[in-house]
Amino acid sequence: MTLITEKRTLLTVITESAIEETLLKDLEKLGVTGYTVSDARGRGGRGVRDAMWNEVSNIRLEVICTRALAENVLNYIQSHYYDNYAMVAFLNDIEILRPEKF
Amino acid sequence: MIDVVILFFILGLAAGLLRSELRLPAALYETLSLVLLLAIGLKGGEGLAKQALLPLLPQLGIVILLGIVQTFIAYFILSVVGKLSRADAAATAAHYGSVSVATFAVATSWLVSRNITFEPQLTIFLTVMEVPAIVVGIVLARGLSKQTNWRALAHESFLGKGVTLLMGGLAIGWAAGPDGLVPIKGLFYDLFKGALALFLLEMGLIVARQAGELRKRGLFIIGFGLAMPLLSALLGTACGLAMGLSVGGITLLTTLAASASYIAVPATIRLAIPEANPALSLAAVLGITFPFNILLGIPLYHWLAVKLTGVMA
Repeated sequence: MTLITEKRTLLTVITESAIEETLLKDLEKLGVTGYTVSDARGRGGRGVRDAMWNEVSNIRLEVICTRALAENVLNYIQSHYYDNYAMVAFLNDIEILRPEKF
Repeated sequence: MIDVVILFFILGLAAGLLRSELRLPAALYETLSLVLLLAIGLKGGEGLAKQALLPLLPQLGIVILLGIVQTFIAYFILSVVGKLSRADAAATAAHYGSVSVATFAVATSWLVSRNITFEPQLTIFLTVMEVPAIVVGIVLARGLSKQTNWRALAHESFLGKGVTLLMGGLAIGWAAGPDGLVPIKGLFYDLFKGALALFLLEMGLIVARQAGELRKRGLFIIGFGLAMPLLSALLGTACGLAMGLSVGGITLLTTLAASASYIAVPATIRLAIPEANPALSLAAVLGITFPFNILLGIPLYHWLAVKLTGVMA
C-alpha cells in the first residue's frame, strides 16, 4: 500500500526564549494556526546558550504550513528579529498526511 | 565570621571557575527563587499587619525617586565616561536603578543572624523599586516614542514572576497575620536559609560564567560595577536617614539601592531595547556588582549606617 501524502513546508526557528511570547503573537497575526515549541540548548554566534537559567535559554519553534506562508513568516522574522536577537531559521520540504490540517 | 550561605556562593563560584561539571537543574533554580520570593513577601506582610499603612506612602515616594535618580546617574556615567551607545547605556542603567531580590535576601539573612531588626516595609520598598528604573531606561533609550508598546511592557513589569510573588506573599502574610502563618512556617521560614544556600550555590555558578565576558569588556565595566553600587549606597543611606529608619532598615535600604537587577530588568529590557547587548549589562551586574555586594557591600553598608546614626543621634 502506498501512503497518499502531500507536500508542505516545515519552518524551524531556534531563538532566545526571552522573545517566545512576542514571536508567537506575531506568528498568529501572520496566519499561523499551529506550532510546537520545545526548550533547546546550543552554541552559536552569541555564545553558549545552555539554558542554565532564563537569560541564556533557547527555544525551538516548529511550524508546518504552506510554502507561501512559511516564506512570508521567514521574511517577517528576518526583518524584525535577525538584527538584534540570537536566531536561526530555516525551511524543509516535508510530506504530511491530513492536508486539511496544515 | 562569614555567613554560611556565602560559603555556598563561594563554592559555586570556585566550581564554575574551575569548570567543574556541577550543574543544578533549571527547575530547581526556578523553585528556589519562588520559595525565596514568597518567603520574603510573607515575612514583610506579617510585619505590616501590625502597623498602619497610610504613613508609608511618602516613604514609597522617596524610594521611587531614589530608583529614578540612580538610573539617570548610571546612564550619565555609562554614556559620557564609558562612551557606550545610547541603547547599551540606557539598558545597563535600568539594571542599576532597579533592585536584586537575591542581594536583599542575603542582607536580611545577614541581619537576622546578628539579631538586628529592620522595618517590615523594606519588603514593599523592594517590590516598588523593581519597576521605575525600567521605565526610565526605556525612555532614555527611545524617548517618549509611540513605538513603545507600554501596555505590553507594563504587563511584563508588574505581572512578571518577581513582583507577582512578592506582592502575593505580602498580601497573604498581611491577611493571615502571625497566627495564620504558623502552619507554613516550616517551609518558608525555617528552610529559608537552606533554600538561600542552594540558590547562592547556583548564583556562584552563574557569576563564574561572566568571567569571559568581563575579560573582553575591560576595566571600565569592572570599575563601573564597583563604583555604581557605592555611589547608590550613599544615596540609599541618605534616604534611610531622612526617613528615620533603624540601623537595620538603613542597611537594607542601602543594600537595595546598591544592588542591581538581573532577573526582572533583563527580561523586560530584552524586549523593549532589543539593540542593547544583554551580555554587557549582565557581566557588570552579575560578574561584579552582585558578588561585591554580598561579600563586602553588606557589612560595609551596615558599618556606614551604624556610624551615621551615631553621628545623627
